[in-house]
Amino acid sequence: MTIDWANFTPWASLSGGILLGVASAFFILVNGRVLGISGILGGLLPPKLGDAGWRVAFLLGMLAAPLVYGLLAPEGFVQAPRIDAGFATIVAAGLLVGLGTRYGSGCTSGHGVCGLSRLSPRSLVATLAFMGAGFAMVFVVRHVL
Amino acid sequence: MHRITEFFVGLLFGLGLLLSGMTDPAKVLGFLDLFGTWDPSLAFVMGGAIAVGFFAFALARKRTQSFLGGALHLPKSTEIDKRLVIGGLTFGAGWGLAGFCPGPGIVSMASGEVKAAVFVAAMVVGMVIFEVAERSGWRQRMGV
Repeated sequence: MTIDWANFTPWASLSGGILLGVASAFFILVNGRVLGISGILGGLLPPKLGDAGWRVAFLLGMLAAPLVYGLLAPEGFVQAPRIDAGFATIVAAGLLVGLGTRYGSGCTSGHGVCGLSRLSPRSLVATLAFMGAGFAMVFVVRHVL
Repeated sequence: MHRITEFFVGLLFGLGLLLSGMTDPAKVLGFLDLFGTWDPSLAFVMGGAIAVGFFAFALARKRTQSFLGGALHLPKSTEIDKRLVIGGLTFGAGWGLAGFCPGPGIVSMASGEVKAAVFVAAMVVGMVIFEVAERSGWRQRMGV
């Protein structure tokens, strides 16, 4: 293993992580909800009466983020996403992520951030599973194929 | 009041994803490339988030109501079963394939990235397939 110092952004990543933590903290304490993206989105398929409003409000907030970020961030700070995967790979990845997160009841936010924050053994197992599979997939794609 | 706070939390979470680097698939894949040139940044994302979340959930456990007076919807399941592990592995494989997990996919779609929109569309299809399979009893017959 070699460390990629050129792309290493400890301060931005730590600050962003703290924001994610603050949002998760706010959501459970103020709204009484666990901040898990796959669960929030999946609960709208289909929408249930009386249970859709909070999900839609949250997702609209997320959709507004790039606009607000562009207004707040200093000139030249905004990094456009670098997406190297082709369309076929993107579709396969989306299907796997959609199926897997619903089947395993959570993703990086619900299991990774909230689950580990509340020291849930169940979420630790899920997090180890998706991190392990993520490491393995990148290893295969970049170093085997 | 509720809708405003929920919108605000979604916005804050999206800003956190953008600042942290999670919305940049190349950076995510750099973190998942443990055996190549490894970018450890995203470990700092998790560390920062959990450092704050830990205290929030410790406080939430002691409360019976949210600050707005509603129910506290804390997960009740503690079961570690096959579907948790298979689901996690499936999600991780997809995450490692393109570098998107659900939140960053949605935020990048709002940034105007066509590929992120395709990712989100496929992810929604995956979620719908799950719902249909769940309802049809297909899983019970397959034993998964």
